[in-house]
Amino acid sequence: MAARRMSSLFSSSHASTLLRSIGNYSGRGTSITRLSTAAALEELITPPVKIEHTKLLINGQFVDAASGKTFPTLDPRTGQLIANVAEGDLEDVNRAVAAARKAFDEGPWPRMTAYERSKILLRFADLVEKHADEIAALEVWDNGKPYDQAATDEIPLFVRLFRYYAGWADKIHGLTIQADGPHHVQTLHEPIGVAGQIIPWNFPLLMYAWKVGPALACGNTIVLKTAEQTPLSALYVSKLFHEAGLPPGVLNIVSGYGPSAGAALASHMDVDKLAFTGSTSTGKIVLGLAAKSNLKPVTLELGGKSPFIVCEDANVDEAVDLAHAALFFNQGQCCCAGSRTFVHERVYDEFVEKAKARALNRVVGDPFKKGVEQGPQVDSEQFDKILKYIKSGVDSGATLETGGQRFGSNGYYIQPTVFSNVQDDMLIAKDEIFGPVQSILKFKDINEVIRRSNATPFGLAAGVFTQNLDTANTLTRALKAGTVWVNCFDVFDAAIPFGGYKMSGHGREKGIYSLNNYLQVKAVVTHLKNPAWL
Amino acid sequence: MAARRISGVMSRSLCLHHLPSSIVSQGKRFNLGRELQRFSTVAALDEPITPPVRVNYTQLLINGKFVDSASGKTFPTLDPRTGEVIANLAEGDAEDINRAVSAARSAFDEGPWPKMTAYERSRVLLRFADLVDKHNDDLAALEAWDSGKPYQQAAKIEIPSVARLFRYYAGWADKIHGLTVPADGPYHVQTLHEPIGVAGQIIPWNFPLIMFAWKVGPALATGNTIVLKSAEQTPLTALYAAKLLHEAGLPPGVLNIVSGYGPTAGAALASHMNVDKIAFTGSTDTGKIVQELAAKSNLKPVTLELGGKSPFIVCEDANIGRAVELAHAALFFNQGQCCAAGSRTFVHERVYDEFLEKAKARAQRRTVGDPFQKGIEQGPQIDSDQFEKILRYIKSGIESNATLECGGDKIGSKGYYIQPTVFSNVKDDMPIAQDEIFGPVQTIFKFKELDEVIKRANMTRYGLAAGVFTKNINTANTLTRALRAGTVWVNCFDVFDAAIPFGGYKMSGVGREKGIYSLHNYLQVKAVVTSLKNPAWL
Repeated sequence: MAARRMSSLFSSSHASTLLRSIGNYSGRGTSITRLSTAAALEELITPPVKIEHTKLLINGQFVDAASGKTFPTLDPRTGQLIANVAEGDLEDVNRAVAAARKAFDEGPWPRMTAYERSKILLRFADLVEKHADEIAALEVWDNGKPYDQAATDEIPLFVRLFRYYAGWADKIHGLTIQADGPHHVQTLHEPIGVAGQIIPWNFPLLMYAWKVGPALACGNTIVLKTAEQTPLSALYVSKLFHEAGLPPGVLNIVSGYGPSAGAALASHMDVDKLAFTGSTSTGKIVLGLAAKSNLKPVTLELGGKSPFIVCEDANVDEAVDLAHAALFFNQGQCCCAGSRTFVHERVYDEFVEKAKARALNRVVGDPFKKGVEQGPQVDSEQFDKILKYIKSGVDSGATLETGGQRFGSNGYYIQPTVFSNVQDDMLIAKDEIFGPVQSILKFKDINEVIRRSNATPFGLAAGVFTQNLDTANTLTRALKAGTVWVNCFDVFDAAIPFGGYKMSGHGREKGIYSLNNYLQVKAVVTHLKNPAWL
Repeated sequence: MAARRISGVMSRSLCLHHLPSSIVSQGKRFNLGRELQRFSTVAALDEPITPPVRVNYTQLLINGKFVDSASGKTFPTLDPRTGEVIANLAEGDAEDINRAVSAARSAFDEGPWPKMTAYERSRVLLRFADLVDKHNDDLAALEAWDSGKPYQQAAKIEIPSVARLFRYYAGWADKIHGLTVPADGPYHVQTLHEPIGVAGQIIPWNFPLIMFAWKVGPALATGNTIVLKSAEQTPLTALYAAKLLHEAGLPPGVLNIVSGYGPTAGAALASHMNVDKIAFTGSTDTGKIVQELAAKSNLKPVTLELGGKSPFIVCEDANIGRAVELAHAALFFNQGQCCAAGSRTFVHERVYDEFLEKAKARAQRRTVGDPFQKGIEQGPQIDSDQFEKILRYIKSGIESNATLECGGDKIGSKGYYIQPTVFSNVKDDMPIAQDEIFGPVQTIFKFKELDEVIKRANMTRYGLAAGVFTKNINTANTLTRALRAGTVWVNCFDVFDAAIPFGGYKMSGVGREKGIYSLHNYLQVKAVVTSLKNPAWL
């Protein structure tokens, strides 16, 4: 369902075909799933793509790290090496910022017409569409997500986002403003300058689009640090961006680690704006570094523990499917995962039984295999953390309905896991697990579920499942979350803003709201002599 | 200069590399002087250059198919260089409008267009823009052939501007935002911006394809369906472009093109009970009829972009060389056939004599000739009606004692060429100072003070545009606010970016086209108010 909703962005016929085939596959039941999974894990499918770009991309050139160091990026299916990638640190971030600074201060990018910028973004979108299969394969290899998901949903959505932002490039409107006296007042919305951007590993390319799209549409230049787990796809598409006509220095890509490259970027005195997507604890560090250096404004898109509320009037089958997708999509590695499934007591037992059956039907296996719904987790750290949380759930007395173990003996696969009888004070109900672990909680009345849903330091998203208009509207306003999906989940249109209340983040990405992150507002006040009107 | 500024809407590289070279080469040609100009003109007029394009589409385009008119009638479209027939076109009238509206109605009510995602619609518009780029030269040749405008102007400025406009509107398709609205009680309020339905659009002959883009772009971006009537003088390019839109994936019935005349096809469209909106660009007199027909039928909302008599004000601190060039382009661009033409050139008395001398010299250097000849600045007027009307106004100028500085006559014996004409000592009460001439006739006035020129500039039933030429910030700001016009160009003129709204005060029109403002013409606003039970906040 998450896949279906994300795919509402592109042609609906395409999406529904894919989903139907996935649906049929998962409908065959557990035994076949197990069988096919084992087969898939034994015979590793060779990704249909070659690794071409492993260096840093600075000032339009692929270059080695100043230190000459490299780091390995690993295949989550095996934990084995895919490629060694140039490892950027402080010195490389300095070089990249200098290139971006010069491209902004002296280069053609902020000086060309917005129409010219928009045409480069449109050409880039066309190029990505042309290379979609290779890009999808890279994304899957590096990240472990199902190939069908990357190829059918994520890459087309990536293209769609850049076409969307291309359209904004020439529609950045300031205002003319009334004055209290003889003054002509207008606002200029100017690019902010050099943007530092740090993206995560769960949706490497989509996060790239959310960051790079608005920054370029507004005429900025960029230094982007990718996640060390997934550096490959950003390098590939950035090469295409230059083919599309992006001038050198406008978009610089530094692969590397957070404490070295990331911290250097967040602390840099010549970076005018910082955008970060990742964990709440890292977000706090980023904000601190920005404050300690040059007070650069910061956009943060952080963790979540989003409620998915199933009311008593719900069609339980539909609710089960939606809640399942809300949690398990992308191996549960979504900041907005519906990771607290609140179910009304009248439908609770039926819901738990069906949710368990649905999880048992989930097809786990080699992400390059057709029909697979769930691949491995991204790395050993996440894998171990998730298994620890599962243990904690069992230890704290929640009922393990299904799953709970690793899957196979190779790579970072975890069984789709469902807990029932989860209580609000358990760790699995409070912390972001970021894995395929559904926690089902019981509630009685609407005020109670509002209070419990909001009793979290997070506020990224919420799902509401009801046919009652008043219930929907009451929950919509009462939930403290940046997105409320009503009878849907994971609808990620380019135009819909996304971001968090509370410790889920600062600011909004996507949509018209994202532009403000990359614009300075200059008020221009001019004295008027004998104005005809005020 | 007008050409250069219009090209600001195109790619910078095009603007910086292609255009200046053409301007430079034109400039060299002007300097060869009047004799050579005459010489080349006469040569061109004797043997019209064969346009490098074939006329493929002459039928009406209804429901995605080219069809004959119900009556079987045709009308000729003429070559303004010779007055001879280019092609005979199916002549639509009331019956064809009914067919086209019914196709548009069913495409709107039942078809895929308003139901597909805005992203899909935007991709159709983007693909169309790519096709326009690909067919640029054919479209430009057809446009020049049918309207008489210089081929280079069409090929380098106008057709790229059409592609640019459609890319602009493609970008709007998925950015139509309604509002959520605060309420005085426990209500959730939101506005839905919905397509208005079937749009009727009537476009003029002076910029056929650019007017097509101004009308069709926003209507399609907002999810409407269209019946468009082209001008009977210039029916060819709209058919060609509409064919390309269908190649780009536009579903049948979404855009229907009816060629024909105003009193028959135009009136039927404006009066139609099943047309939800009408947009018209043309003369003020016809605009009044359109508005009235809309009122008498179903009260459909009307956008009007009508005539003008726009002041171009040259202040005493102006750089005269630049002011002359700008004022010249502001009037003579497109054979003077611009609704926004700077047709009242007000010059401060301290610089009046110098300005006049140079304006006259510039007009005398203007290269007139076959629009397909390279370096030509001015082709023929559109047709014999316009040609004769302009010559009558020139006669009226002379009779009312304005000073004819140069020009004043037709050129050659074939086609509709008129000499670039300049009048000085023009008084506010002369017909040439009051009426829209729509031809290559510049009228120059003298003024003394700022307040005086404001008063005189505003003393017209029109209010489409104004040009201001000054280095003084206070003068610029005072004039900007005081002039009653929909566009004020300061030290520039004819800057027609896709994002800049355009439209008139007073009898120059109703509403605005281009820019974000144009979207409202094609949207209905639906307020949705829902009662709330126990809202967490209001």
